Amino acid sequence: MIGGLFIYNHKGEVLISRVYRDDIGRNAVDAFRVNVIHARQQVRSPVTNIARTNFFHVKRSNIWLAAVTKQNVNAAMVFEFLYKMCDVMASYFGKISEENIKNNFVLIYELLDEILDFGYPQNSETGSLKTFITQQGIKGQTKEEQSQITSQVTGQIGWRREGIKYRRNELFLDVLESVNLLMSPQGQVLSAHVSGRVVMKSYLSGMPECKFGMNDKIIIDKAGKGGVTNEAGKSTSGKQSIAIDDCTFNQCVRLSKFDSERSISFIPPDGEYELMRYRTTKDIILPFRVIPLVREVGRTKLEVKVVIKSNFKPSLLAQKIEVRIPTPLNTSGVQVICMKGKAKYKASENAIVWKIKRMAGMKESQISAEIELLPTNDKKKWARPPISMNFEVPFAPSGLKVRYLKVFESKLNYSDHDVIKWVRYIGRSGIYETRC
Amino acid sequence: MEWANQLCENRQFGSKMTDSKYFTTTKKGEIFELKAELNSDKKEKKKEAVKKVIASMTVGKDVSALFPDVVNCMQTDNLELKKLVYLYLMNYAKSQPDMAIMAVNTFVKDCEDANPLIRALAVRTMGCIRVDKITEYLCEPLRKCLKDEDPYVRKTAAVCVAKLHDINAQLVEDQGFLDTLKDLISDSNPMVVANAVAALSEIAESHPNSNLLDLNPQSINKLLTALNECTEWGQIFILDCLANYTPRDDRESQSICERVTPRLSHANSAVVLSAVKVLMKFMEMLPKDLDYYSTLLKKLAPPLVTLLSAEPELQYVALRNINLIVQKRPEILKHEMKVFFVKYNDPIYVKLEKLDIMIRLASQANIAQVLAELKEYATEVDVDFVRKAVRAIGRCAIKVEQSAERCVSTLLDLIQTKVNYVVQEAIVVIKDIFRKYPNKYESVIATLCENLDSLDEPEARAAMIWIVGEYAERIDNADELLESFLEGFHDESTQVQLQLLTAIVKLFLKKPTETQELVQQVLSLATQDSDNPDLRDRGYIYWRLLSTDPVAAKEVVLAEKPLISEETDLIEPTLLEELICHIGTLASVYHKPPSAFVEGSRGVMHKRLPARTGSGESTESPDVGTAAGGSAPEAAPSIIPSQGDLLGDLLNLDMAPPTTSGPPPPTTGMQMGGMDLLGGGLDSLLGGDIGGSPAMGAGFGAAPAVMPASLNAPVGGGLGDLFDLGGVGMPMGAYIPPKIVWLPAMKAKGLEISGTFARRAGVIQMELILTNKAMSVMTDFAIQFNRNSFGLAPAGPLQVLTPLGPNQTIEVSLPLSTVGPVMKMDPLNNLQVAVKNNIDVFYFSCQYPISMLFVEDGKMERQVFLATWKDIPNDNESQFQIKDCHLNSDAASSKLQGSNIFTIAKRTVEGQDMLYMSIKLSNGIWVLAELRVQAGNSNYTISLKCRAPEVSQCVFQCYEAVLKN
Repeated sequence: MIGGLFIYNHKGEVLISRVYRDDIGRNAVDAFRVNVIHARQQVRSPVTNIARTNFFHVKRSNIWLAAVTKQNVNAAMVFEFLYKMCDVMASYFGKISEENIKNNFVLIYELLDEILDFGYPQNSETGSLKTFITQQGIKGQTKEEQSQITSQVTGQIGWRREGIKYRRNELFLDVLESVNLLMSPQGQVLSAHVSGRVVMKSYLSGMPECKFGMNDKIIIDKAGKGGVTNEAGKSTSGKQSIAIDDCTFNQCVRLSKFDSERSISFIPPDGEYELMRYRTTKDIILPFRVIPLVREVGRTKLEVKVVIKSNFKPSLLAQKIEVRIPTPLNTSGVQVICMKGKAKYKASENAIVWKIKRMAGMKESQISAEIELLPTNDKKKWARPPISMNFEVPFAPSGLKVRYLKVFESKLNYSDHDVIKWVRYIGRSGIYETRC
Repeated sequence: MEWANQLCENRQFGSKMTDSKYFTTTKKGEIFELKAELNSDKKEKKKEAVKKVIASMTVGKDVSALFPDVVNCMQTDNLELKKLVYLYLMNYAKSQPDMAIMAVNTFVKDCEDANPLIRALAVRTMGCIRVDKITEYLCEPLRKCLKDEDPYVRKTAAVCVAKLHDINAQLVEDQGFLDTLKDLISDSNPMVVANAVAALSEIAESHPNSNLLDLNPQSINKLLTALNECTEWGQIFILDCLANYTPRDDRESQSICERVTPRLSHANSAVVLSAVKVLMKFMEMLPKDLDYYSTLLKKLAPPLVTLLSAEPELQYVALRNINLIVQKRPEILKHEMKVFFVKYNDPIYVKLEKLDIMIRLASQANIAQVLAELKEYATEVDVDFVRKAVRAIGRCAIKVEQSAERCVSTLLDLIQTKVNYVVQEAIVVIKDIFRKYPNKYESVIATLCENLDSLDEPEARAAMIWIVGEYAERIDNADELLESFLEGFHDESTQVQLQLLTAIVKLFLKKPTETQELVQQVLSLATQDSDNPDLRDRGYIYWRLLSTDPVAAKEVVLAEKPLISEETDLIEPTLLEELICHIGTLASVYHKPPSAFVEGSRGVMHKRLPARTGSGESTESPDVGTAAGGSAPEAAPSIIPSQGDLLGDLLNLDMAPPTTSGPPPPTTGMQMGGMDLLGGGLDSLLGGDIGGSPAMGAGFGAAPAVMPASLNAPVGGGLGDLFDLGGVGMPMGAYIPPKIVWLPAMKAKGLEISGTFARRAGVIQMELILTNKAMSVMTDFAIQFNRNSFGLAPAGPLQVLTPLGPNQTIEVSLPLSTVGPVMKMDPLNNLQVAVKNNIDVFYFSCQYPISMLFVEDGKMERQVFLATWKDIPNDNESQFQIKDCHLNSDAASSKLQGSNIFTIAKRTVEGQDMLYMSIKLSNGIWVLAELRVQAGNSNYTISLKCRAPEVSQCVFQCYEAVLKN
């Protein structure tokens, strides 16, 4: 298991050092600094073995987190734990920065003591951690409160405490998708997928039982066969269902139930959390098409023309559009003309950045640029990195639709209808690249 | 400490009171000041002081001098302060063991506290204080906490048992904590169960044979129930533990798989990977024609792909594991090529791994896409990545014949870029393409030759030299080219030197007239001026070959090369199986068994995939499991050790990985790689060498004879007769019964043993053939005999040095002594044998021909014979008939002598030959015989006289066996 955990600043100075196992000595702290943080080379692997000691590291801004072990640990678990540790810290004190870490070092030690015991990850749900790791001490707790804490920390529903009350029962559902594309210069889709997340903010009283439904092809096909139910009949007629390649769920979702009935039922954590992640690859709506044209004029000049076309309902508006056209390293000057938005050559980033605030569906826009090159004797050809795009659209490129989210709380007197529900779809660009 | 000082300044500006100020204590008199503050009456001040101490501790300052003062702060009801003091204690207790005792009382008291959080905190911290004296005090509180009413305390106590075990294993056993821990597996709280499982698994790891976890269907059921309820981390502990279980049959295996599959949808990648591990392992046991089997295969792909949308570090772990999974079961991901396409912004470690998997998944169906991608990659920035991409193009050419042409033209395009490392890499792979498709792409040689001067890496130089040598007849100035390399011969790396030597010899054989000088030059460089033994030896071999028999030399050096394999860098199957059992762990990331990087006893246990059970219709031979589907590597193609193995075409016995497990080696010819030199005509040469070396003395008696698996092939081949003939040094070989199967694989979990007995140069040998027909590797062989009639016992250990891979066979010969314990058996020559390996102990019995026991000095003096014959009562005489034996008496006599049955006298009476013979058994018993052979009658009569008449039957059987063979 994990033998120790160190946090370093960008210089390699130790901010936090917690050793769980006897086989990890203080010299491990230095070994990592010398061999990884101070290494001249780019990081070639997130897992390194230095003198028979294994280091797993992740970086958050300029902070290094390293877990150390001498055993054959579950590597996936170690990384999951490091990410979790970052989440927990972030939810306690915000951004993970050197200053924040120093300001909260006592808290961090307390957390490390609680969520990692002898190197074994324990309950790491911030919801329940916050009930007893407070930095204010836990004076004044009654016996009932104490045992409630412990049973929650160790219990089956570790993510939610009893006795939550809201005057207004409300929930917000965000379908956040990132659409990824790799397209050839000729416009052929080399790979495209959507990775989506359903993020919920729930403010519900008691221990509500929730059921979430979407236009998952498998369910709809099933319902279609077995006599269309009232609700399904309304929502599926004419509307498309989508094929989900794979999905993963928050630990609150009953996986065995999903496995057998493909229904998503759960008792939600309080506040904000990610209910599920999913991935689709079929019938993706690609919101933009990029058509590049690059022409080399002699050895010292490049002509670039890029057309973007929006491909969604004209009534919808895409926002925060940005097209990034890479330029060679030996660029000496650039002249740009664009029909819409603003374009600028950024020498430090070796790219022309073209920004458009808004763009409606089924429109087209164009940029052309002349790039002057310095003559070089560098034999190596310019690698021609792909043209990348960023944008945000108010729909789900996968075609996913939320069909329902039902809330049942039998003990309290509110019903599904009393809950105010909000649903929002946001599609963002992930890695959206067109080769040129 | 620089930042600490900086902060000191910051503090003066910032009005915020934050913890960072504790890092800013002034250096002078620091300890003294802290001491005063720690002993202050004010609680707040105390707490502040402790915080400062911890801050100093973090940055590596020694504050152990404050030990007593800090410990004094321990008795407080302020939990935060208490935790800080505990943190300090954990750090320094070991260096101050005597003072650590001071803390014990507080711990013991805290373990009784009304607040479960404090009880747990105390027991948790106590376990982290690694001081022997404290551990004694820990036992009682721990015992209570293990049975605490609060689950939070119990789950903490469970881990504490593992901590204590790490400090003092004996104590834990003596105190019975292990049993309590086992009981916790049935606890009502899932987190307690998970922690108990984790603790037990860890303890079990350091006692490989303890059977601590005692997994059985009932306990497995409990674990599966807890799996649904516990935290994500607990699920990982449980799944990892489940993976160590071996279900009894395919039905149990299926039902576990069914209950584990829902975990594949968990958001935590580690849960998913651990579930994949369990499924990959248990799938081994499912019959392939089962519907569920194919359902399961389909279910595995999506979660594996989803892992690739995780953070890059996890992607890396996932990719390393997918690399293993693709090798084991290529069918799972064969349609998912696209997800492995490299993204421009992927970290380099992800890119390289994706590329690896792309090559593995490349097939005719997707080759066009793959090639287009690879071409893109070859223009990227990162040198390693570009090299690998170029290499991948070459691999595609070799793997998918239809694409070869396009690959070659792509490679030529890349060579035109003149980017140095791209050119070199391309040349290395083109060499392999030439090997795979001879006489097809030689037209590109001219282009390659243009780049000769830019090659500065040994591998590329060697590849180019190989090409020049191989196609010397088509390259007009081949001699000039090679000569140019020769100038700096001694500065070249060994790889290049060896290649140059071979290439010039090839050239000479092809164009003998113009190149005689050149070849002499290189031979003398290699043999006289080099101190590299490999180079020298090769030089001498060529030299001798060329000088004695140029025709043979041609046959050898220019022999047709064996095909090169389509797959590269395949992990050796036994290792692969082990790694599959370690999915998700560091071993799977390193692609090394845990024993390679873990110290001490942990992880030394080799894990193996279970064998398919014999239930249902799966009567098929157990080896089917290795190659699962369409493009699965058919029973290990001969693996190309690496791209760089240019020596492949010469003498690469030593270079092929010794553990390569292939199908049972063919009896003739050489198995390893490209043995064009040895395979051709050098048997006799080599044979002489090998025969003389003691390690090979299988047939030479005395030395415990071992034939390492890797030598099977050559020995079985041309050298075989060498042993049979030269070895024994007797007029006629002793009779050796043919090998029969003693222990069928069915009865021994896949281990098949057949064998025979032989007596060679006075030593009794048990000659065994061990065949592994199971799916997993067998190691740790040992043998033992039950007491037997003649006290036969192994004279040495069973020498199976290399692990026996699936489908591997090894021949072992075990020298026997006759000084073991004696017990009369029925039949007399019955021998009960126990063979142990890492899997189990197996028993069988066999019968040895009693002639094994006939000693060499069994020739009696005539006089003595006569006297003895008379002396033995007639009751002890027994008569037998040997039918259908067509030897004359002389032939029979000499044949029998080979088996130490000595003819003392011969008399001929009325056309009937009477042979008088004597035999001495290893235990000193004499047997006297009279054999009557009548000309024209194929029936012999034999009379045996012996003081121990029981042996007569066996001796007679020997006569029959010897005479009839």
